[in-house]
Amino acid sequence: MSTTRRELLSQISKLLIVTPAAAAYLDRLSGAETGPASKYLMADHYWAMAIDIEKCIGCGNCVRGCAAENGVPRGYFRTWVERYEVGAWPESEHPEVDSPDGGFEGFPEKSRPGAKSFFVPKLCNHCAHSPCVQVCPVGATFETPDGLVLVDQTYCLGCRYCVQACPYGCRYILPDKQVVDKCTLCYHRISKGLTTACCEVCPTGARKLADLKDPKDPIHEFLRTNSVQVLKPHMATGAKVYYKSLDQSVR
Amino acid sequence: MKESGHLIRLAILFAAGLAVFLLIRQALVPPGFGKYGHFRAGALDDVRAHPIRFAGRAACEMCHEDKLKELKSGKHAGVGCEACHGAQAVHADDPMKSKPVLPDTTSLCPRCHAANSAKPKWFPQVVVRDHAGTEPCKSCHQPHNPKIG
Amino acid sequence: MDPLIVKGVEGFMYPNEVELQWSILIVLYPFITGLVAGAFILASLERVFNVAAVKPTYRLALLTALAFMLVAPLPLQLHLGHPERSFEMFTTPHSSSAMAMFGFVYLWYLMVVLVLEIWLDYRKDIVLMAQSSKGLTRQLYRLLSLGSSNISAKSLRIDERMGYIITVIGIPSAFLLHGYVGFIFGSVKANPWWSSPLMPVVFLFSAMVSGIALVMLMYMALMKIRRQPLDMRCLDTIARYLFYTFVIDFSLEMLDLIHRMYEAGESFQSLDFMVHTRLWMSHVIVQIIAGTLIPLLLLAATQLLRLGGPRRRQIYAVSGILTLIGIFAMRWNVVIGGQLFSKSFLGYTTYKLDFVTREGLLPAIILMILPFAILWGLAKLLPPWAPSEVRSV
Repeated sequence: MSTTRRELLSQISKLLIVTPAAAAYLDRLSGAETGPASKYLMADHYWAMAIDIEKCIGCGNCVRGCAAENGVPRGYFRTWVERYEVGAWPESEHPEVDSPDGGFEGFPEKSRPGAKSFFVPKLCNHCAHSPCVQVCPVGATFETPDGLVLVDQTYCLGCRYCVQACPYGCRYILPDKQVVDKCTLCYHRISKGLTTACCEVCPTGARKLADLKDPKDPIHEFLRTNSVQVLKPHMATGAKVYYKSLDQSVR
Repeated sequence: MKESGHLIRLAILFAAGLAVFLLIRQALVPPGFGKYGHFRAGALDDVRAHPIRFAGRAACEMCHEDKLKELKSGKHAGVGCEACHGAQAVHADDPMKSKPVLPDTTSLCPRCHAANSAKPKWFPQVVVRDHAGTEPCKSCHQPHNPKIG
Repeated sequence: MDPLIVKGVEGFMYPNEVELQWSILIVLYPFITGLVAGAFILASLERVFNVAAVKPTYRLALLTALAFMLVAPLPLQLHLGHPERSFEMFTTPHSSSAMAMFGFVYLWYLMVVLVLEIWLDYRKDIVLMAQSSKGLTRQLYRLLSLGSSNISAKSLRIDERMGYIITVIGIPSAFLLHGYVGFIFGSVKANPWWSSPLMPVVFLFSAMVSGIALVMLMYMALMKIRRQPLDMRCLDTIARYLFYTFVIDFSLEMLDLIHRMYEAGESFQSLDFMVHTRLWMSHVIVQIIAGTLIPLLLLAATQLLRLGGPRRRQIYAVSGILTLIGIFAMRWNVVIGGQLFSKSFLGYTTYKLDFVTREGLLPAIILMILPFAILWGLAKLLPPWAPSEVRSV
């Protein structure tokens, strides 16, 4: 355990060099340092997400991570995980679904012999033809040029029409502010070159942020080579969360 | 004309009301509304200004090269640092000021690796009680490079 | 919502869906606007379609419509998370939103149709009352007359003509007023209980039924209070129109139900189960049986059998009350019922109605009583019946 003076000096000098570098890096991220290199142009991006059902292990890291990053109150969910149990026919017509506290603490074991079971992480689909934006009476929720659906919480009336209009159940009312809240695809992170909180903490890479306008983004390969589906395709919402290996029983 | 004088007054009243409304409207519509669409442009900045809590793996890698080497050679190569260590943007910003608390492996590891019939079959999972009893996971597994042998 | 105590949930619901978004106040709102539209249609029967028999209720119907119209925005304001921002619907309305456009439909109907029509019909009386009263009352009437004291025959003919035109415009406006409310629900593709092109039409006809029933009941009640004889020809005519409208309304609702059952789309099993369990009382017992079938049968009896005056009055009173309860139940089943099932079609939640909270039962009761209080005030200011008929009210 004893270190030589040389090793100690080497460690200290590393720390002295690297720490300010890291601080500068984080400064840049937080926008403290401005400059042409850090400018985010909306026209360069069109955001989406790719989810691989076969990789999701239902650990709930994404639910906890999102709540920590965005200050989501307990009992409400910007993202959540559902567990599906599809029995053998004829029970296959009636899947059993649960989402204990949205999957915040993971899932207790619950086995149904012979059943096919899997996890489905869900979040706002940032629809290209969003029904929630369509019904907002004042323009408090809107589609951005870079493909996100966001909420202006200083403008929202709290009428809850958008909550009714969302087919996916991804919106909720903040109990203290009495305005609508939902997943922002971590806009404050992705506009600075980071990935979303849920993707950052996903241990298996089941969730991956995608930029459809970036020709080098793996999403293009993903869409081309896999069987991919969005939730509730018959609603024609233009949902941009693409699921690989989504079972037909998923609602 | 005189016979419909009352209607003229009414029309003037309505016109005045409309004018007042249009004037008030000017004052009430927030600046930047309609710039990018039917919404207040400033809302984009509001959302972007939200504080960051997870630093992201790239930030950790700048200082903790040794841990990175360990990770890269093992099964946890693709797992983000904060997936286990929690949100550390505060620490990454000023490492001396805030030292993260090491997570307890007894409760941390089972979150992913406790056996569950809904988890995909390829994923390594054990019934913790049978596998380890009350022994903490790190007695045998090094978290950054967990595979034994 | 406490995450650990998810009470009242059966099956699976998306985690954010467990709490209902729209409460009893949002049930009240279409009920009230429905009464407005219905009362106005009744008034227009006389004005435009020359059904002279209902003339005695003309002014009463208009004042009733106005009283309820003034109260209509209140449940909405009470429900909003930020009522102080509600002006935004007028300053930056989103043209694709039915709710935003409704703000203008409401304003149009209130100012141009109701207020204007009432003013034109009452103008002569307003001027006369300005001349015959003193002090503050005199000032008030002078203000209402807009300072013009011209009640020559020619000016009154102009008023008559304008009133006619406004009523003609008012009829489609009344259709728009309540049809729009139906569209607010009917255009939500995410909710299969609501999403239907029939929704605006069903809402409209049930509105007419409720409005006609209300005016009929009020006429009977007021004549009783004032110890005046009822014009049976008027009452019979109103009841007849109530019956016809009710038949159309019932047919439309049955069409929706039969179509839904026949097509048995993906949501059908879930909705069917809900109607048989959580909505059994409010939908089958209260709305369909007590609120529609029984009044229809009773009213049909008055049309087909030869019954004496007192018997007919009893039937009208009972039918009227049951009708109003039934139409309220219909609004309840649409608004609350539409939120009780999960959009995954795999579960159900419950609606918890508190008493003394912002969106509880007590405010709802107060809001239902308020229009009658306003109507009382309006009737004092603008008496619905000729001065010679007015005793000490």
